[in-house]
Amino acid sequence: MERPQWQNFNPGPWQTEVNVRDFIIKNYTPYLGDESFLAAPSSATVKLWEKAKKLIDQEYKKGILDAETSTPSSIQAYGPGYIDKDLETIVGFQTDAPLKRAILPFGGYRVVANALAAYGYTLDPGTARVFSEFRKTHNQGVFDVYTDEMIKARKSGIITGLPDAYGRGRIIGDYRRVALYGTDFLLKEKLREKTHLVKEISEETIRLREELSEQMTALKELTGMAKAYGFDISVPAANAQEAIQWTYFAFLGAIKQQDGAAMSLGRVTTFLDIYIERDLLSGIITEEKAQEFIDHFVMKLRMVRFLRTPEYNSLFSGDPTWVTEAIGGQSTGGQTFVTKNSFRILHTLYNLGSAPEPNLTVLWSVNLPRGFKDYCAKASIDTSSIQYENDDLMRPVWGDDYGIACCVSATSIGKQMQYFGARVNLVKALLYAINGGVDEMTGEQITPAFAPITSEYLDYDEVLERYNQITDWLADLYIKTLNIIHYMHDKYNYESLQMALHDRDILRTQATGIAGLSIVVDSLSAIKYAKVKVIRNEKGIAVDYNVEGEYPAFGNNDPEINEIASNIVKDFMNKLKQHKTYRNAKITLSVLTITSNVVYGKKTGATPCGRKAGEPFAPGANPMNGRDTKGAIASLASVSSLPYTHAQDGISLTFSIIPSALGKTADRRLNHLVAILDAYFSDMGHHMNVNVFDKETLLDAMENPHLYPQLTIRVSGYAVNFVKLTREQQLDVIHRTIHERV
Amino acid sequence: MLYTALYTKGFRVLMMVIGKVHSIETCGTVDGPGIRYAVFLQGCPLRCIYCHNPDTWPTDSKTATEISVEEIVRDIVKYKSYFKFSGGGMTLTGGEPLMQKAFCKEVFKACQTQGIHTALDTSGCYKIDEHVAEILSYTDLVLLDIKTINPARFLDLAGIKIDNTLAFAQYLNDNNIPVWIRFVQVPGHTNITKEMHDLAQYVCNLKNVDKFSVLPFHQLGAYKWADMGLDYKLQDTKEPTKEETENLRNLFRSYGLDVI
Repeated sequence: MERPQWQNFNPGPWQTEVNVRDFIIKNYTPYLGDESFLAAPSSATVKLWEKAKKLIDQEYKKGILDAETSTPSSIQAYGPGYIDKDLETIVGFQTDAPLKRAILPFGGYRVVANALAAYGYTLDPGTARVFSEFRKTHNQGVFDVYTDEMIKARKSGIITGLPDAYGRGRIIGDYRRVALYGTDFLLKEKLREKTHLVKEISEETIRLREELSEQMTALKELTGMAKAYGFDISVPAANAQEAIQWTYFAFLGAIKQQDGAAMSLGRVTTFLDIYIERDLLSGIITEEKAQEFIDHFVMKLRMVRFLRTPEYNSLFSGDPTWVTEAIGGQSTGGQTFVTKNSFRILHTLYNLGSAPEPNLTVLWSVNLPRGFKDYCAKASIDTSSIQYENDDLMRPVWGDDYGIACCVSATSIGKQMQYFGARVNLVKALLYAINGGVDEMTGEQITPAFAPITSEYLDYDEVLERYNQITDWLADLYIKTLNIIHYMHDKYNYESLQMALHDRDILRTQATGIAGLSIVVDSLSAIKYAKVKVIRNEKGIAVDYNVEGEYPAFGNNDPEINEIASNIVKDFMNKLKQHKTYRNAKITLSVLTITSNVVYGKKTGATPCGRKAGEPFAPGANPMNGRDTKGAIASLASVSSLPYTHAQDGISLTFSIIPSALGKTADRRLNHLVAILDAYFSDMGHHMNVNVFDKETLLDAMENPHLYPQLTIRVSGYAVNFVKLTREQQLDVIHRTIHERV
Repeated sequence: MLYTALYTKGFRVLMMVIGKVHSIETCGTVDGPGIRYAVFLQGCPLRCIYCHNPDTWPTDSKTATEISVEEIVRDIVKYKSYFKFSGGGMTLTGGEPLMQKAFCKEVFKACQTQGIHTALDTSGCYKIDEHVAEILSYTDLVLLDIKTINPARFLDLAGIKIDNTLAFAQYLNDNNIPVWIRFVQVPGHTNITKEMHDLAQYVCNLKNVDKFSVLPFHQLGAYKWADMGLDYKLQDTKEPTKEETENLRNLFRSYGLDVI
């Protein structure tokens, strides 16, 4: 099939079937040079960003800028919105005004009502009535079915962060499809898929036929939404500006329909480069214009907002949306996916200043072109806004066209959906093992009762045996809980647009997670290598521990301790795998906390490693603060020893170092950072947040937040504005191991 | 495994050599080229008045860890990727590493066998005897600390004579062992203009000097003197400004030295 919009593109199977990867492989231009071609921001960009920053500043002062109170969001619920129509080369907002929050009650309307109330708005009574009397939500569905045990475990926080009150997120539509094919083509494909689905009418096919029908409706609505902005996306994009616009519209439709915890963009940079290269070659645009498009696109991504309660924001530090874009990587054929556009999107960190969103994620391979590696390292050192993931490790598992869902987990684009499962608090599991399933903070019996450990000193084998029992119980309950959540989400809050941008037959993964790994490891090490005396309260509950002697802590690359850590991950994964999942999803596991490490710490009692009750966990898979005493590399090597094969949802590491410890001169700093990334990833490390900053800068930003509106730091799997963290979280970041030996 | 290989080569006895280690830094970025596994050895015969690690002085410190050659080499080889990608390696520093000659020799020998770059950070205060000569035969780079070129001032600053250090420099020169000269800029004590020109002149006459490293004095080690109940004479000494350090670097650069 030929289309006028596809002129000068190399042909291939992509022309007759939905196959974006084939299109990319046949048409993209790898770039092996350095950053010298990049353009400064255009005057329109400067003006527009000034206006946007003013709005963002007002929002920061008020909490939220404005909110819808009656019409629930949907793809076409609100009319078009602009900052300045004449300046914007890429248009579209979630509502009819920039930063105005939409309401998405299908996940749970109470959260919407509470969030509005927290900011001084009232949910329209008519809307409230619809969702309390006539239209059931995901949240109601889940709570109809939860067992008492699930509710207890949820309340105690041993299972935590569950997506049972709002959109589950983590699904990445292949937004590129809209640009490459236009919605008419995609509709025809969906119709064909549905038409063939008649052999047997079972519960499964009934559901799938209904889902396909919903998907087609969503595509039609998306076409309508774009039309309101004056664009016809029923046909393919004809040039670079349209390709970016169409792709953004598809993403915009998704975030109008869903307020998922994480709404990744996917992997669009290299795809879009093909259109930009074509326009540059034919002289339609200049490099300045190409950069302007990308700057404007990124500006929009920085202004994605969801209405959340203040508690949610303090849990996640600020207002995260996880608009994650995967950049770079290599093809399975061994060619780099780095294009000039990979540079352009990183260059927005200079043209617009640093920012937490979009969540810029470089897929690192030791074979990436040196020029790109250097530019990444430079941008990391200058802005602390980039995270890195091991493409050489993920490509064999997920193919070469995957994106990053949420913080760190790979998902094949358009061919896979994740069921987000948040995480369990393994530290609590260890404490329950000691206390016979009684919560150490509340005294409540959470698990089925069993005998607590009563000895004065903890015995390694005894603790391990009980821990095993508890994690058997926990793995079973956890999967059952997730099955309910995802059944109900599919039923009451189906992501019809995102799923319209998937193949019909997809791989489903049930993403699970663990928090507190380093504390569990250190506690076991303390029990094994030192003596741990239990301090019990009047009810006989172990509430504190005295560590007598020293023990080797996780983070010093001690092989025996690394092995304990690996075994904890493997054992829990193996336990999860024994359970049946909803829609036969394949279970994956992450070692990840996001910034919730502070909150998890608050809800967790003292631990046998010497950590006091309420003290923060280390983020993600990081060693505990200050216990990694052999320097940064030993700390990194400890984490890279964890088995990705058993944690394919991702193993998050946050690496923070002061500039002078990274090297004396700018050249050396850059070379050392590139070497650290190359070495960490060739040693099978999975993920790394890179922060390069001085403690003094952070202390000053705490005192003078107005001077640092854009100061960005990487936390477990994403980035935040430092000044938007709670004071507690700011102190945690400052106390957290910042490698500073010089 | 490494050890089997070494054992079969008959190193078994020597591998039992034990080192007294003050601490280990796996992310050393100032102790030679690339990222370095730096082993800070316990004990130093010098008593430099501006020392920022006086806790490394005593040879009998209770906080030091005893580590065998085998153990430390087993740990070092884990970081080969970092050495490879950064052009780094391992560095023995201290204290004064040459206070533990047998340990230095065996560690360097084993590391070189493993293809790991070895650097020795020393004040050169020992006479070149057969042991030192053998250590140097396994050394890829020497970081030679020259406190000052003025003999009287050297004695005042470090508590020992300069003679061995100069002989050490000469030996490295004669045997063509690559050297980075290190010089600590201590306002009022080492940065005497004429003497720095003399030092530059002296270093220019050596043909094996790859780099000249200027380290600005800092007060971060002051608390350690207090902790140890020692009399710290430099409380009031100001840390040099960035500009002063850059000026000094330029002075050495004017002699054609590769200054960092």
